[in-house]
Amino acid sequence: MTSEHQRLALLLFGVFVAVTLAITTWVSRNRRGSAEEFYAGGRLFTPMENGFAIAGDYMSAASFLGISGLIALFGYDGLLYSVGFLVAWLLVLFLVAELVRNCGRFTLADVVAARMNERPVRIAAGTSSVTVSVLYLVAQMVGAGTLVALLLGGEGEAARAWTVIGVGALMVIYVSLGGMRATTWIQIVKSVLLLGGTIALTVLVLLRFHGDFDQLLLTAAERSGHGEAFLAPGLKYGGDWTARLDFISLGLALVLGTAGLPHILSRFYTVPTARAARRSVVWAIGLIGGFYLMTIVLGFGAAAIVGPEAVRGSNAAGNTAVPLLALDLGGGADTTGGTVLFAVVAAIAFATILAVVAGITLSSSASVAHDLYASLRRRPAGPRSEVAVARVAAVGIGVVAIGLGLLARDLNVAFLVGLAFAVAASANLPVLLYSLFWRDFTTRGAVWAVYGGLIPAVALVVLSPVVSGSPESLFPDVDFQYFPLQNPGLVSIPLGFVAGWLGTVTSAEAPDAAKHAETEVRSLTGAGAV
Amino acid sequence: MSVVFPFCPCLGMHSSDDPWYDALASGWGESDGTEAPEAGPPVAGDVYLEVQRSAAFREVRRRYRRFVVPAVVVFLSWYVAYVVAATTAPELMARPVAGAVNVAMVAGLGQFLTTFLLTWAYARHARLRRDRAALELRWETQELTRVAQGGVG
Repeated sequence: MTSEHQRLALLLFGVFVAVTLAITTWVSRNRRGSAEEFYAGGRLFTPMENGFAIAGDYMSAASFLGISGLIALFGYDGLLYSVGFLVAWLLVLFLVAELVRNCGRFTLADVVAARMNERPVRIAAGTSSVTVSVLYLVAQMVGAGTLVALLLGGEGEAARAWTVIGVGALMVIYVSLGGMRATTWIQIVKSVLLLGGTIALTVLVLLRFHGDFDQLLLTAAERSGHGEAFLAPGLKYGGDWTARLDFISLGLALVLGTAGLPHILSRFYTVPTARAARRSVVWAIGLIGGFYLMTIVLGFGAAAIVGPEAVRGSNAAGNTAVPLLALDLGGGADTTGGTVLFAVVAAIAFATILAVVAGITLSSSASVAHDLYASLRRRPAGPRSEVAVARVAAVGIGVVAIGLGLLARDLNVAFLVGLAFAVAASANLPVLLYSLFWRDFTTRGAVWAVYGGLIPAVALVVLSPVVSGSPESLFPDVDFQYFPLQNPGLVSIPLGFVAGWLGTVTSAEAPDAAKHAETEVRSLTGAGAV
Repeated sequence: MSVVFPFCPCLGMHSSDDPWYDALASGWGESDGTEAPEAGPPVAGDVYLEVQRSAAFREVRRRYRRFVVPAVVVFLSWYVAYVVAATTAPELMARPVAGAVNVAMVAGLGQFLTTFLLTWAYARHARLRRDRAALELRWETQELTRVAQGGVG
């Protein structure tokens, strides 16, 4: 990477930061204090705006850089990620988006607590939401650090640390000053940039092969050195049975996790009605689906044009496949076109990370203030002091994420994202679905469902080869590995559902028919929705 | 349920595509109170139980479930079958179809296609078969709740 690339990329990224800071000050100029405003942006976004913002929240750097990189290195096995990430949205559309919009106010815990003894349920759901958010946040911070280290060349240890700190500081500013309204506009700007960049690169790849997708696949397969096998599953996950089970576990976590991600759920509250929430998801599915289709072209394009050897030489995990592809498509390393395209792609990747990080921070500060703080303090807090707590919580979460991001900088980004999805699917999805659809669900069932998914998911990760017992682990020198899979989903997701059922049937409390009627009527009609 | 829904004209009374905006214009919820249930106002919590038992609500719920339950079963089994096939039967997935395109590629792109199709079908079903009835129930329920809570009737 020459200094020319760096300077241009940093300049473009600086422009993005300036524009987003301007948006933050602009949208927050006269509006201060109300919870409706801070958590939900006044609930007046249109379905199209919210659809772009949802897509912006969802298409993280892990997708843009990670999936294309995996396809470039392992061929078809990378494509399995794209499919899981997209299909998950059907679950959100069918079972979650409209009903959650109708029943809740700001967070996941609102939906559950409406039917139950409020305090324990809120504390449980708040704890699991914050856990999921922090895991997801750390993944994005690590991604930002890696990207900068690659851009600035060499080791860049100090640059990496400063990037993590800088990204953390920026997100705290966006969120605590601008709330949901600023965060949403940042997501929209980022979505447009990311989709624009992806479309441009895809068109260039297809032009290179004269629009012949077949030729693109053949060239990729030939250059990969694996031949036909490159285009079929099995290169990455086709080893022993542990690897195959691990992949099934990941596949389950991906498809079931999206519906439990707190920062996605909180997006449904930014539109006025359930119908608008549904239309936002339809927009989001169109945008996200188109995006993942293009990452497939970019991945195989990188394999065919750059070649897996060059990709692996730059970054063993494949994270630089797309920037390298841009360099080549623009005309090569020493041309203006190559330099510009490379810098644009790098700046878009930065913008992506920054926007996703802001969205997650906002929803986790809502969980801290609206669920945990409001339940743990003795006297009820007013809405204004709750927002003040949320602003402080954003700073606190920023500090925690910066710290963990610095500690975990050598962990694989895609793994951390997969873990966040597994915890969301185990701890948040069972309690959400039971609350919406099960008449006899009780408070004890709700609390057990959350902890019964959360604790096994986290414990199994601690006991997995990711943390100890193998050369690639977090602590390679000790061995307390007792669970063979890297992703806990296959075990912990069923445990969450079973724990919720067990808690309900052993509960002494009789299910409240009136509360269930209220949830069911409200969720399907929108009566009494805010 | 004519007692609970004294002013329920129910399905198909507007022609516009978007009942939410119709509703804003047509002044729902501005009942003058003469249409309140004759048997005296129920307790607020009972309103939801009564609505839940009503035929109109059961119809909305039935329509929702009749689309969503089969759709979830279909897409989840199709996805799980795809993931399991990719991990346990790579030979089948590697079988060529046309040119460089093999079964795995067709199945993967098929997942994208079914996701788009189901999204379209769900949105259409909800818009045509559920939205209007749900909206009417919404205003009726809110009106009943208001009466039950002793608001200005």
